[in-house]
Amino acid sequence: MGLRLTPHPSPLTSIKMAQESTENVIDQPEVLKPRMITIEISGKKYEVPEGVTVIKAMWYAGQEVVRGVGCLGGFCGACATYYRTKDDPKVKTCLACQMAVQDGMSFTMMPPFPARKAIYDIQQLKDPKQDLFNLYPEAPLCRNCNACTEACPQKIDVREGVWKAVFGDFQSVSDMFMDCVMCGMCTPVCIADIAPNLVALYVSRAQGAHFAEKPAGLETRIKEINDGRFNGEWQKILSMNEKELAEHCATVK
Amino acid sequence: MDIHALQQIVHKTRDARRKQTLQKFSPADRDQLIHKYHPDFRAKAYRPLRFGPNEGEKTVVELATLLEGDSGIQDHADLAPLYTTDVLVVGGGGAGCAAALHAHGSGAKVILATKLRLGDSNSVMAQGGMQISVAPEDSPVTHFIDTLKGGHMHNDHDLLKVMVEEGPSIAKWLIELGVLFDRQADGNLHVKKGGGSSKPRLVTCSDYTGLEIMRVLKDEVINQKIQLLEFAAAIELLSDDEGNCTGAIFKDLDTQRLVVVAAKSVILATGGIGRLHIQGFPTSNHYGATGDGLCLSYRMGAKLAHIDTFQYHPSGAVYPEQLIGALVTEGMRSEGGHLVNAQGERFVNELDTRDVVSSSIIRECEEGRGIRTMSGRVGVWLDTPLLDVEHGSGTVEKHFPAMVLQFERFGIDISKDPVLIYPTLHYQNGGVKIDTNSETNVKNLFVAGEASGGLHGRNRLMGNSLLDLMVFGKRSGLTAAGRAGSMKQGKLTLKHLERFRAEARKHGNVSGVISPMVLPAYTRKVG
Repeated sequence: MGLRLTPHPSPLTSIKMAQESTENVIDQPEVLKPRMITIEISGKKYEVPEGVTVIKAMWYAGQEVVRGVGCLGGFCGACATYYRTKDDPKVKTCLACQMAVQDGMSFTMMPPFPARKAIYDIQQLKDPKQDLFNLYPEAPLCRNCNACTEACPQKIDVREGVWKAVFGDFQSVSDMFMDCVMCGMCTPVCIADIAPNLVALYVSRAQGAHFAEKPAGLETRIKEINDGRFNGEWQKILSMNEKELAEHCATVK
Repeated sequence: MDIHALQQIVHKTRDARRKQTLQKFSPADRDQLIHKYHPDFRAKAYRPLRFGPNEGEKTVVELATLLEGDSGIQDHADLAPLYTTDVLVVGGGGAGCAAALHAHGSGAKVILATKLRLGDSNSVMAQGGMQISVAPEDSPVTHFIDTLKGGHMHNDHDLLKVMVEEGPSIAKWLIELGVLFDRQADGNLHVKKGGGSSKPRLVTCSDYTGLEIMRVLKDEVINQKIQLLEFAAAIELLSDDEGNCTGAIFKDLDTQRLVVVAAKSVILATGGIGRLHIQGFPTSNHYGATGDGLCLSYRMGAKLAHIDTFQYHPSGAVYPEQLIGALVTEGMRSEGGHLVNAQGERFVNELDTRDVVSSSIIRECEEGRGIRTMSGRVGVWLDTPLLDVEHGSGTVEKHFPAMVLQFERFGIDISKDPVLIYPTLHYQNGGVKIDTNSETNVKNLFVAGEASGGLHGRNRLMGNSLLDLMVFGKRSGLTAAGRAGSMKQGKLTLKHLERFRAEARKHGNVSGVISPMVLPAYTRKVG
């Protein structure tokens, strides 16, 4: 057995495979004989197996991680990390649960960044496109440096999004930022002190609450329920005994 | 063999498979399949609980050990509260946020405590969507029936009726808060068909439904200035002389100090148990899914329901190594993705319930028709390129951006090549038994979301979790807040713990295990 980190023991090692041929086995030489590589975690060198995720490398190196781990599935944005690969001067960003380590890699987790979040009552907004300038007066001060876009591990064109927000194209912003995991890596790099992810969140919420069409069918269904349209059916179902209910269920395909 | 060589059979058989229709299993075949292959039926993985509210009932060994575990709090601990509140919500996922917002909205003072950050949860990862009967041809009654079938008829009817009937008003609430659900051309909510459902009923935000809902709810919690205690892990509850719940003790994970919170009601929204790695399974769950709420409630005397049944999501990634256990959303099968074995054959109707699909994948693998990896794993193919073939080029990229990005990071293009999957530990079907207000048999102790039990029966239907969180988060929050005005803060004691310890001693429990677990021990012991 090759590399085995505690988080994911294989459930199948105890199951005898009916067919022990090599016919349907995927080549993974790195798994059979993991190559140990040298990485730097917050400036300190460690030997870890090649190809594990950045978070697993930290666990392997013996580090306790409390802040900086969340969903472990690439959605919560807790594990925002700066990294640099061997001999490359460019410092890049990643989600630590979604990035494999390689030899010579150097990384540090991003500390919580004290960006200012505007406080608002989304439903009470009178003119959300204008209110943007009161809530986030720094938003129109973007100097077009594009650092936010380069910092985004979700590959969102953040700079473009900020401009679209300022120009009132809330629909586009909400589409573009659907991938945003709120890791906040666009924020420390901004020379105009804009928190683009927070601006986009405001814009997306305003789009949903104020500009998206109200779904008529939903209102109809709520009214039907309140008016008791389904009461007869409920009575029929809930008065059935176990056997009758099972038979009824079998008829619903 | 090279992975691309192994994938050829999927490409070669695609056209032939497209002409095929696979019937769902008959009830008898389905039961037989599940009994033979589903992990819930591996007797060796289970043992009866020796004491406590569910004495004599079986659950998996990993959970039994924690439920019978001892508290980290000593009998004579200092219980002077640092904070006092009307409603204390424990957990920062969907149910916790919904509970806090509704309790706050009805005028109660609320504290929301979570052991990670606000929103770090399973909810944020929910991709498939939320079941709400909004389509004209659908109804809450049909939603009820589908869920009942999925749960093998073991669902609590009262809880289920409440959930399906309140679904549409939950959608309305979320839209008003700014959640961007996918729409049809006419502005109505777009609905997709989910596994085990007779009608299209999944409302979605592409494959980011949970993320979109959570972004909005988190933002709203902050906008409403609800008091937050982050990196605060609940390690014990508090009770008064009558055994009613009166607060909780937290460990601040930054300072290691204990923090006592006095509360008129406590709402546990602590989520599931994936990180216990039951039966050695990898999991799709977040870092903190260690079943803390179950242990806390059990010591308080709250009864648990259906704790012998867990959901293994059919499609957890098996390759590459870095993504093991990560979910490949069920939406891929909803849109027609085939499951294909090493011989290029389909072997199950992909839209059958999760327990059936998982069991059939395990059967294929145990009978030698799986594809193995060198790390000792096995799986079957999910034919993702088929979606582009069926619905036009670009479908995968447009409908599943999160999935595309996740695999792209490891050099895999899922619109061109199939992915290898195997069931992954996904959800705890049961939990703490609740009534329709989300309250347990312990007064003023509420449990909402995955930590609660009864609603989903023995197998949760896909898309019902997000709705469960919102509906019972709301009901617990409203009930707890409604009560706060007319009641006094109860005494803070550890009498429940004294009782529990006495019982443990009587049964000779000396495992030395302290629960709740709080976080899994993944750090390698070095040196």
